[in-house]
Amino acid sequence: MPQYAILIFEATPAAELPPEILAAHGEVDRKMVELGGKLLAGVALQEADTATSIRGDLLTDGPFIETKEGLAGITVIEARDLDHALALAKLVPIVRGGVEVRPLLGFEVLS
Amino acid sequence: MEPTAGLGHSGGVAVTPATEQAVAEAHRREWAFVLAATVRVTRDLDAAEDAVQDAYVSALTAWARDGVPERPGAWLTTAARRTALNALTRGRTLQTKLPLLLEPDAPAADEDGDVIPDDRLRLVFTCCHPALAREAQVALTLRLVCGVTTAEIAHAFLVSEPAMAARVTRAKKKIAAAGIPYVVPTDLAPRLDAVLAVVHLLATTGHTAPSGERLARADLAERALDLARMLQLLLPGEREVAGLLALLLLLRARAATRDDVLADQDRSLWDQALIAEADTLIVAALRAGPPGRFTLQAAIAGLHAAAPSYAETDWPQLLVLYDVLLGVWPSPVVALNRAVVLSEVRGAEAGLAAVEAIDGLDGYRYLWATKADLLRRLARHEEAGAAYREALCLTDNAAERAFLEARAHA
Repeated sequence: MPQYAILIFEATPAAELPPEILAAHGEVDRKMVELGGKLLAGVALQEADTATSIRGDLLTDGPFIETKEGLAGITVIEARDLDHALALAKLVPIVRGGVEVRPLLGFEVLS
Repeated sequence: MEPTAGLGHSGGVAVTPATEQAVAEAHRREWAFVLAATVRVTRDLDAAEDAVQDAYVSALTAWARDGVPERPGAWLTTAARRTALNALTRGRTLQTKLPLLLEPDAPAADEDGDVIPDDRLRLVFTCCHPALAREAQVALTLRLVCGVTTAEIAHAFLVSEPAMAARVTRAKKKIAAAGIPYVVPTDLAPRLDAVLAVVHLLATTGHTAPSGERLARADLAERALDLARMLQLLLPGEREVAGLLALLLLLRARAATRDDVLADQDRSLWDQALIAEADTLIVAALRAGPPGRFTLQAAIAGLHAAAPSYAETDWPQLLVLYDVLLGVWPSPVVALNRAVVLSEVRGAEAGLAAVEAIDGLDGYRYLWATKADLLRRLARHEEAGAAYREALCLTDNAAERAFLEARAHA
């Protein structure tokens, strides 16, 4: 089955997410499996203003690309096809922002 | 009769104009069927296109030699699939291109079966997948479903050929890399909307060129009508498909008078057979359930087509239809057309008030042309002139310019 990354863009800082959204995040895993998908990995990121970017020799305080809704997390899934992946991605709860579904070129867990 | 695709022997066979015409006809009628069935074998759009192209080329000599087969589509499909299979067995391990198309419910190898599955709907729904931008959907549909060359598509949409080729390539790459499935969706309704929107866009682009000297780009409109007929055949139970087909038939029926405004059109030039065909579709669609956007637009166009003259148009009935249409498809353009009808039922004053209440159409030339016309009817000539000039600034269509210029200086 093809693999996809769900990039989660959220304007609300993690600390301010309402409890029902946090609870819904906890449910996503189970719901994805119920829909026939497979959750391979998930990462949640600290806020964008904690990021440090490097371009050549230049260090910049902040994310590489400044956006109103910062990249807040990434979920890696396996789905039958894009339609299935989109259905799974719609399960990710969002307060202000949205998600991007990107097919993977490769995925490896190294340790 | 056996296809001899891929062998490419043209030696000694004179290709007659009659054969060329038969192949050209088969190209227009059968391309989608042949390609869709070949994609099932290759699971790669580019490989299928190459094989189908080859099949048409070999048809030229084979049909000149052996005569045109009874079922050209079946002949071409067999030839294309054979070429594709040969290419696959020779080259699959060398191919490190894109992932194969996903076809979750693929039946066990039907490559050599007698019955060729009709996969045209799969092809259509893949080309019009909502994960593709509308301009990509349009380009892919013309290329893959209609078999129009990239150069012709580029010409129709006023972009350079390399730009259009890049658009088509990018879309095909996304279908493969992102795993857009080669299937007819189970939840048809929302996906059908995109398909109908693409066909409608082709028709309207075909009938009103955004620029250039001619009002009609007949070929695009013709393709749109072919597509609508094909969809109606494949999805006979879908009311909006019938509605769209009826709408396109009516556009076509009145094509000869497109250069004139409705009030001035010579109605004797309208094609009554097409109008009757559309009418049957509209009546059936309206009877079958609550009408959608296209059925209502067709019903509106049908009322215009049924009127013996502009003055004898059934304006009150049109107003009812427009009110329903605004309900299912709230759009400022619909509101503008409704305002015109309102002015015929309740006078220019009421029409003008309705036009002035419309938001977000200031860059739309027909808003200014309509406003100008209503102001003229109210004898507010100075304001009317200003509105005509505003409309003129917004059109680059030669025939429309001539009309507006005449009015602006009247």
